[in-house]
Amino acid sequence: MSTATKQIEELANTEYKYGFVTDTEQDIIPVGLNEDVVRLISSKKGEPEWLLDWRLKAFRAWLKMEEPHWQNVTFAPIDYQGVSYYAAPSEKKKLNSLDEVDPEIRATFDKLGIPIEEQKLLSNVAVDAVFDSVSVATTFRSKLAELGIIFCSFSEAVKDHPELVKQYVGSVVPHTDNYFAALNSAVFSDGSFVYIPKGVRCPMELSTYFRINAKNTGQFERTLIIADEGATVSYLEGCTAPMRDENQLHAAVVELVAHTDATIKYSTVQNWYPGDKNGKGGIYNFVTKRGICKGDRSKITWTQVETGSAVTWKYPSCILQGNDSVGEFYSVAVTNNFQQADTGTKMIHLGKNTRSTIVSKGISAGRGQNTYRGAVKIGKNASNARNYSQCDSLLIGDRCGAHTFPYLEIKNTTAKVEHEASTSKIGEDQIFYCESRGIAKEDAINMIVNGFCKEVFRELPMEFAVEAQKLLGISLEGSVG
Amino acid sequence: MLLEVKNLKVRVEDKEILKGINLTVKSGEVHAIMGPNGSGKSTFARALSGHPGYEITDGQVLYNGQDLLDMDPDERAREGVFMAFQYPVEIPGVNNAYFLKAALNAKRKQQGLDELDAMDFMKLVKEKLKLLHVDDSLLQRSVNEGFSGGEKKRNEIFHMAVLEPTLALLDETDSGLDIDALRVVSEGVNAMRSPERAFIVVTHYQRLLNYIVPDHVHVLSDGKIVRSGGRELALELEEKGYAGQTAAGARK
Repeated sequence: MSTATKQIEELANTEYKYGFVTDTEQDIIPVGLNEDVVRLISSKKGEPEWLLDWRLKAFRAWLKMEEPHWQNVTFAPIDYQGVSYYAAPSEKKKLNSLDEVDPEIRATFDKLGIPIEEQKLLSNVAVDAVFDSVSVATTFRSKLAELGIIFCSFSEAVKDHPELVKQYVGSVVPHTDNYFAALNSAVFSDGSFVYIPKGVRCPMELSTYFRINAKNTGQFERTLIIADEGATVSYLEGCTAPMRDENQLHAAVVELVAHTDATIKYSTVQNWYPGDKNGKGGIYNFVTKRGICKGDRSKITWTQVETGSAVTWKYPSCILQGNDSVGEFYSVAVTNNFQQADTGTKMIHLGKNTRSTIVSKGISAGRGQNTYRGAVKIGKNASNARNYSQCDSLLIGDRCGAHTFPYLEIKNTTAKVEHEASTSKIGEDQIFYCESRGIAKEDAINMIVNGFCKEVFRELPMEFAVEAQKLLGISLEGSVG
Repeated sequence: MLLEVKNLKVRVEDKEILKGINLTVKSGEVHAIMGPNGSGKSTFARALSGHPGYEITDGQVLYNGQDLLDMDPDERAREGVFMAFQYPVEIPGVNNAYFLKAALNAKRKQQGLDELDAMDFMKLVKEKLKLLHVDDSLLQRSVNEGFSGGEKKRNEIFHMAVLEPTLALLDETDSGLDIDALRVVSEGVNAMRSPERAFIVVTHYQRLLNYIVPDHVHVLSDGKIVRSGGRELALELEEKGYAGQTAAGARK
């Protein structure tokens, strides 16, 4: 390897700035997974019988399933028995005001920059802050309640709106869908629940922050968002996690349901701990996200900027059941050092005149391995379907990799499907050109990478776009030495 | 004294290309560096700009009294050194105007000046476009993406006009240009001539020097400056060629 390339490969030691731990007493059940643990989780949360049965069904199915290994990633075997499946801070009473929140927990949120106090919420974003496996506080609830909007933790929804939960949970991602969905269905702890009533446009972006805190606690979040006829909602999911040595499993399930004329936009900025620069530690992000455009003219948009996790495996997907429904996927995925990602999307066209757009930007640096897997399926009755896919890879340095596996399964002759792909490098000469104009190397890389990601950043809600650009800068620091 | 080059030796991929260059440049002057292929003309310009592939093995370069070789390339640029590339690279996705604004503001910040906001920047840019007789469609496009050879060279001069450097290195700016493009580029350079600015123009052919009239002409051969003179030297070279200008030949 020439000196010049070696310079490109030099890795900086960027402190993972969110790497800190809150020392607060936690109610953690011992490690291990069996039917008793499932019952324990359910009883700790005071769940109704039907939900316990639902969990047990999923658990029993999970026992019969095998961990999948078809993804283009390698990971150390997961010790499912060596993980604790529940951790809640010791607050037992219901919190009515923010003053009742454990001050340590509050301090954690402040450090993360989460504006939990209503006075600080100048940005008009309602935040459902999840601390480890239990939702701690919800803000702006009263304002949203005036419009009939339900935005609360999943656990609260089970208590306050059981009929809605029962109707929709598992309707988009059944527990039989895959191994990790089954596991999640058995042991999910909490997540967000959103219901937007008919004709209501949610006036603010809804947001959730996660944190994996206690050692050995995997995160099994379950989120359910329902937009009734003519409703609109934009939801932001952003995650941070502290430094850990053991790999931590994050197997969440997100289900979106959009009825006739409804629109759901789900944006994610993911910054889980990616492992140190030697590939040790880091989060396993194995998430199942799916949305169903149930009604005619409904629309679901997934936008994501993924820069963290040691191993990422996720395919936010859309089932385009309603006629004239639209599914969109805009993604930037970064792999640096030893990160691996096998991500993409599935667009399943069932109704008539459906449209899907896929724009995927993969950035590989260091020894990162980035795989895009996109499936476009056009059912035999899905007449007049249209899909446009664009999959671009950017390689930084010469020891990373980008792989593309597009699947097109078309069973209707009136379909129009377009697929474009490109691969490019950030060349030394491009960097030098920028430097010759007075632009420092890191700024040059940021500029070039941002130019590369423009089409995706354009689709992000504004606050997220700014955070995403910063995150991209941090995650690529030192990738071109 | 703007630039003092003392016994500069440069190696590229284990081959010594420059074997001891000595040159002084004052503000306001235009120096032409000419020479046959492989003499090291472009190497000289690139070494001054701080290109990573060029290893300095000996010598010193003082720029406004500062040690130039000790500065990173982006630092040199912010201090007022500008390089117009022979083969300008493309940067897709990065808007030309946005790029220049970032560059200009980086320089201004270094000089302790306020950064220009978008409006003031556009005002400045429009002035420069007029000065260079260049179309403003240049601003909408990504840096050099899809530009023809001539457009790329014109873009280099446009960058130079916006950044207002103190020392401009033009590396074979005329290569690949037709007569009209040559004229436009030369007019741009001439419009930028000032007592506060110096140019080092690297070129093969005398023709460019009809438009950009130099104060001094130097002939580079086999890594050394073998002859220096006024603009008539360029005409002499045009007539007699480089063959008689080797180090040995010059001593005769």
